[in-house]
Amino acid sequence: MIPASFDYVRPTSVDEAVQALVEGGDDAKLLAGGQSFIPVLRLRMGDPSLVVDLGGIPELRGVREEGDQIVVGAMTTHHEVTRDDLLAQHVALIQEATKTVADPQVRHRGTLGGALAHADPAGDLAAPTLALDAELVVVGQNGERRVPAAEFFEDYFTTAIGPGEILTAIRFPKYTGWGARYEKFNRVAQAWSIVAVAATVKVEGGSITDARIGLTNMAGTPVRARGVETALVGQTMSEETVRAAAQAAAEGTSPTSDADAGSDYREHLARVLTGRAVLAAAG
Amino acid sequence: MTTTENPTNAPAPEIGRDRRRKEDRRLITGRTRWTDNQAITGLLHLSIVRSPFAHAEIQGIDTSAAKQVPGVVGVYTAADIGADAVQLPCAWPITKDMKAPQRPALAGSRVNFAGEGVAVVVARSAAIAKDAAELVEVDYAELEPVLDMEDALKDGATLVHPEIGTNANAQWVFDSGEAGSGGSVAEALSAAEKDDDQVVIHRRFRQQRLVPVFMEPRSTVVDPTGEQLVMWSSTQVPHILKTMLALTLGLPENKLRVIAPDVGGGFGGKIAVAPEEVVTLLVARKLGKPVKWTETRSESLLTAHHGRDQIQDLTIAVTKDGIIKGLDVKLLADMGAYLGLVGPGVPILGAFMFNAIYKIPAYRFDCTNVFTTKTLTDAYRGAGRPEATFGIERMMDEVAVELGIEPMELRRKNWIKHEEFPYTTVSTLTYDTGNYEAATDQALQMFDYDGLRREQQERRQRGDVKQLGIGISTFTEMCGLAPSRVLGSLDYGAGGWETASIRMLPTGKAEVVVGVSPHGQGHETAFSQIVADKLGIAFEDVEILHGDTQSSYRGLDTYGSRSLAVGGIAMVKAAEKVIEKAKPIAAHMLEASEDDLEFTGGKFTVKGTDKGVGIADVALAVFAAHDYPEGIEPDIDAHATFDPENFSFPHGTHLCAVEVDTETGFVHLHKYVCVDDVGTVINPLIVEGQVHGGLAQGIAQALFEEAPYDESGTLLSGTLVDYTLPSAADLISFDTANTATPSTTNPLGVKGVGEAGTIASTPAVVNAVLDAVRQYGVKDIDMPTTPFRVWTAINSAKGTAGRGDEADVASPGAGLGSTASDISKGDTQGGHL
Ligand SMILES: Cc1cc2nc3c(=O)[nH]c(=O)nc-3n(C[C@H](O)[C@H](O)[C@H](O)COP(=O)(O)OP(=O)(O)OC[C@H]3O[C@@H](n4cnc5c(N)ncnc54)[C@H](O)[C@@H]3O)c2cc1C
Repeated sequence: MIPASFDYVRPTSVDEAVQALVEGGDDAKLLAGGQSFIPVLRLRMGDPSLVVDLGGIPELRGVREEGDQIVVGAMTTHHEVTRDDLLAQHVALIQEATKTVADPQVRHRGTLGGALAHADPAGDLAAPTLALDAELVVVGQNGERRVPAAEFFEDYFTTAIGPGEILTAIRFPKYTGWGARYEKFNRVAQAWSIVAVAATVKVEGGSITDARIGLTNMAGTPVRARGVETALVGQTMSEETVRAAAQAAAEGTSPTSDADAGSDYREHLARVLTGRAVLAAAG
Repeated sequence: MTTTENPTNAPAPEIGRDRRRKEDRRLITGRTRWTDNQAITGLLHLSIVRSPFAHAEIQGIDTSAAKQVPGVVGVYTAADIGADAVQLPCAWPITKDMKAPQRPALAGSRVNFAGEGVAVVVARSAAIAKDAAELVEVDYAELEPVLDMEDALKDGATLVHPEIGTNANAQWVFDSGEAGSGGSVAEALSAAEKDDDQVVIHRRFRQQRLVPVFMEPRSTVVDPTGEQLVMWSSTQVPHILKTMLALTLGLPENKLRVIAPDVGGGFGGKIAVAPEEVVTLLVARKLGKPVKWTETRSESLLTAHHGRDQIQDLTIAVTKDGIIKGLDVKLLADMGAYLGLVGPGVPILGAFMFNAIYKIPAYRFDCTNVFTTKTLTDAYRGAGRPEATFGIERMMDEVAVELGIEPMELRRKNWIKHEEFPYTTVSTLTYDTGNYEAATDQALQMFDYDGLRREQQERRQRGDVKQLGIGISTFTEMCGLAPSRVLGSLDYGAGGWETASIRMLPTGKAEVVVGVSPHGQGHETAFSQIVADKLGIAFEDVEILHGDTQSSYRGLDTYGSRSLAVGGIAMVKAAEKVIEKAKPIAAHMLEASEDDLEFTGGKFTVKGTDKGVGIADVALAVFAAHDYPEGIEPDIDAHATFDPENFSFPHGTHLCAVEVDTETGFVHLHKYVCVDDVGTVINPLIVEGQVHGGLAQGIAQALFEEAPYDESGTLLSGTLVDYTLPSAADLISFDTANTATPSTTNPLGVKGVGEAGTIASTPAVVNAVLDAVRQYGVKDIDMPTTPFRVWTAINSAKGTAGRGDEADVASPGAGLGSTASDISKGDTQGGHL
């Protein structure tokens, strides 16, 4: 299908991009990998007057280490995330989750920043970002601000990115030595999650000493399973303790009902998949 | 003239060789011309304005804003181009009193399904056409949608087409008692009711609506040059399309040329005279300019015809030791809003297949086709036969459970034994050959059936989270459509013959013009192998020409697994004629008597000598025509038409093991084995490819695909995000093999393979899913058996367990979880009798 016509610019720096966005006003939109945005245009669910392509800005791309954080440029593709050594070593959870996104074609185009800015409740990267207590770096005319993940996701397809602002990077604390598992439940391989659980745990001497758990598609935004985290910490690792702790997974969630799943089924899946994710992460 | 020294140095036979497909390089790399690639100077583009409502009166259409858009050439309502007066053809009036509403090319005053076209925009680019289409204002007054088949048949139901006075399209009945091919089912059922040694089992099954998702969306280009109209279309049926356009629009057939260039898949979805094809033609003719229409994927999902969609009520009478006494089948088949080209006949093909491979003494089939305000249904890979196979193979497992008989054993007790062929069935078909025992034995062994049954027991005893289920489907199908006289007896609007012409070129190469119309099957390769063998020339020297009614003027196209079993035989016959025509010329060249010549390995030789000439030499000689015998024409080209005397009856045994995750309801394919008997195999690689693709589609019906509508009649699977097609990642490696009992009704001994995998696999998978979860009291799960449905079924069955009807997991049902205690007279689970 053919999008309605629009103007197109491809700036080469973040400043230029912000400038273009501000000048474009309400009808200007950013293009990252296009894997969510281009379908929206093609189905004519949106018709921006100006498209600002972030693809020509080298500073938005790549993964680097900064002190006790790993910084991922917003335009780093899913494929690059899955292959990155720094992430493998320090932020395995985001890598595990990214491997489950769509198919190789989509992963070669789609970006971490695009996925988080899009904020699809069924998208796979928001829950790990939340679980990992990442900071999202947002740049606008008044400079840069850092938004904690817990404040970034506001609602269905809505984030803390304001008008005229660009998400430039995602800063992850290091989880070196933690086990990680993204337990995704969907109907066919290239599909979004019906429910998924992002879990990363630290196991020392047979006990769980720390745990972070995020849930995908259990509400309009990703949800942190704090009840499970609390129940796990200090426990001796065993299938029994993990499964018992996982019973708290659906607390505080408000999943939808659709053809793929009723809300009670989603709650049930959250409990089952949390148990499995933690066991695999503790592996 | 060349004489050949070594006539025995013949090339290795091509038939049976696993040649890579010669057409794939261009198809895969895109170095070919699809319809949408046609670039004609001055080409205009169409965009069709479609109704968002399922059922509505059109009260007005305002095209003025759209007409203002720069680059727009015209905006037309149905009346502007006469599209509302068109009656798109249905070639299969299944009964004399069938109700066929008018099907216009664009809706005039009322729309009858969401997606129906109401206006068309013509512009200099596709983008402009689309922009302008959004500006066409249509004023609709909504009517009640008609969505449920049973409700649609009730008195006082809203009528889709008030002018025909009913939502019933037709009722078609076959009764073996009346036909004289068997007993009366009514008698068989009532006898069983009275007999302590028999049971009567009733089940209702649902065949969900599917979409034939071909890779290449539909596209049509019409180029009017003077009085000539050339149409390129992404169609499976260029010949039928041409004839039907001529008849429907009153065009002189001799002024029309239809070309199906390379076509990217069809699966039955491109057996049509599509409204969009007609609209494109009408606009091109009105403007006198070349015009193109290409659909989007969403348009394709919404408006290209759908498939399946039946409610099946099966009642079977069977002795307690498992011998079938009678089978009664009642179908409701959803036609959607209109009748497609062969739509009403699709469920009727199933009439011959519910009895399947079994000896059933009494049989009745009663199908009512129903109109609803949904996209119309028509052929989809298997067309009527997957539905029937599903019904009977699901029923066989139900019988096995009820009686506590091992399900394969039950099938063995009832199937036609290999020594009983040829066998005339209760539905009047004569199966020429087959060996169900051989295919089954091989499949059981490849599958390690006994080993998996043991593992299944172990998992049950351990209470594993992942439970194993094993499903069987022993199927046959009728394909190679079709003997013309049979089609005539079924009131079909055409014959079932096929043609081929062989043109021998001066350089010894052959062009074979065929009437079948490939769209991804690998015809060029398999046909080249056949012709190469028959003429004794190189595989590379054979070119298969197809899809253009100017070169291939006679043909009935590709569907129903007919291209090899019917079209391939026409090629054999044409090759025989070439040899016949070449013989006197060869004799002349060799100065020998025709009677002394023999033809092998591409050469005529004088018996008992080493003197010979190749077919290529003869081709050159008739081209030069300097010296040839008196009284014959210098031409060895030949044309042949083959009308099959019978269908062909491939069969096979499909075995599926699934793991059901009982905590989540997810179904993992664990093992899939199939042994298919498709007769003589021309190219094993292509056969395997056809089986794999067929399995993917059949398994997809069981596990993944569905085209549901909401209560307002809106299609809920309007994109490929919602219509969950599986990819390779969702399937497993299939273990396929072949047994072969060559067909005796054609000289190659071939059957068909294009639909086999799709027809057979769906019930094998669903039987396996149920086999895994029957132990919890689950009795049925609608397709697709999604995780949500499986989990819900387990949960609600567990909730009602403990009433003394717990599954007996150690019964002779060999792990089927026999619920033998449920056996009751006239069990009407699911109601509706
Ligand atoms: C077939 C298919 C399957 C998919 N399956 C999955 C899946 O299983 N799981 C999953 O999580 N996702 C899935 N996706 C979505 C995929 O992950 C997308 O890549 C992602 O959602 C968007 O990233 P993008 O770079 O393509 O962003 P775009 O599509 O270019 O942009 C998305 C939105 O974010 C905005 N935006 C982009 N970058 C920025 C920025 N730096 N700052 C501010 N706003 C920005 C855009 O304006 C737009 O509104 C799938 C996509 C497809 C096509």
